[in-house]
Amino acid sequence: MGMGKSLKLIIEALLFTSDRPLSAREIQACLPDASPPDINETLKALQTEYETLDRSFLLREVAQGFQLRTKPEYAPYVLKMLKTAPTRLSRPALETLAIIAYKQPILRQEIERLRGVDVGGILRTLLEKDLVRIMGRKNLPGRPLIYGTTQRFLSVFDLKDLGSLPKLKEIKEFGGDERETDSISEEDRPTDLTHEENAAAPGNEARDSVFHTTEN
Amino acid sequence: MDYEVKLEIFEGPLDLLLHLIHKNEVDIFDIPIATIADQYLEYLELMKVFNINVAGDFLLMASTLVHIKSKMLLPSPNAEDDGEDPRVEIMRPLLEYMQFKEVAEAFSEREILDRDVFARKDLGDYRSQLEDEEVELDVNLFQLMDAFKRVVDERLPGVQLTVELEQWSVKEKAEQITALLRERGATFFDQLFKEDRTVSEFVVTFLAILELVHLGLVKVFQAAADGQIQLIPDFEKNGEHGDG
Repeated sequence: MGMGKSLKLIIEALLFTSDRPLSAREIQACLPDASPPDINETLKALQTEYETLDRSFLLREVAQGFQLRTKPEYAPYVLKMLKTAPTRLSRPALETLAIIAYKQPILRQEIERLRGVDVGGILRTLLEKDLVRIMGRKNLPGRPLIYGTTQRFLSVFDLKDLGSLPKLKEIKEFGGDERETDSISEEDRPTDLTHEENAAAPGNEARDSVFHTTEN
Repeated sequence: MDYEVKLEIFEGPLDLLLHLIHKNEVDIFDIPIATIADQYLEYLELMKVFNINVAGDFLLMASTLVHIKSKMLLPSPNAEDDGEDPRVEIMRPLLEYMQFKEVAEAFSEREILDRDVFARKDLGDYRSQLEDEEVELDVNLFQLMDAFKRVVDERLPGVQLTVELEQWSVKEKAEQITALLRERGATFFDQLFKEDRTVSEFVVTFLAILELVHLGLVKVFQAAADGQIQLIPDFEKNGEHGDG
């Protein structure tokens, strides 16, 4: 297969057709002759090109992949066409999600300590929306469940990966309790937990959650 | 009459404390503990009047506040004072919680998929999403309680709130409100208390509003922090109004 222009257009065709973010690896699987650096370079070139062309959509890097997405100013029209209400999450749900995103792997008990209130109902909603997943169980009495975020979470909130979560503002005023709260990288997974059934797959697909209740 | 609000309380003691701190416009690093503790207890009382199931967390925080208050009143036994400011006990969790409230705010400002930005997707998926919309309060419980107190203070100044709900059933009242909203559309919170004369009637109206919110038949909005609270009917999605 030729390089340059055609590679770019082939990748564009894949992105155009896909209904979820495509990773460079998935793209490479369709283009065995292209080298990973070439693919990455081409993706970046496409990103710049769409920006320059000033179309209604852009190529966004989300959830460790690339996806064509409309620009925000077209949302009202798209919503009208879809005849649907925009995604909404209540404030308590967003707060719970924020805690899980930064503190994962985290136990429900710990989320409740931070929010100061029962989160059972909210956790159920977040699991149903596939924003949160059960990562395993902790080796503690009662073997409590461990929660973390999903690929879908990254996709919905326009995040490339967990490493691109903005840093938490530190609590400065207390000398003793200052803590560096770095966002968690994918490798930073717990070692002291026993995963049930399936341990996180190396590919780390959105659907590796033990309990995925929704289709998407 | 035994009536317990089934509304799932998403707000906890920390939310109530933050609500009071904002309302009183005080510094979180210098909380006037006596004032805040007293107000906190008032809210707990009011929640009891509404029969809102006050969870143990609320009571635990109440005792913490009272404990801190008494510690602050006592002169410290040794001038050097080994201990830190007793208020740190609540400041720490509050600050930690505020961090995540900020993150939540930042999350909601991102370019969210299916709200701000859209990608290729099977249209069928959108249709099914409509069904699992969650019931939500745009106004939190404490803001609603404030609005309620304002109405009562205005209309029945100096009256002691008690529970005496024989005459007015919450269910009946909820039906009346539903009919009213069906007729008028969006309505201001205060308007719903127009017919009420006694404390019991006020309380029943408030409980009916909470019930309708809980059933997802009504949405509650407040345009600005100190703006009027508005109720917006949302009957279609849930079919006919439920009766329980």
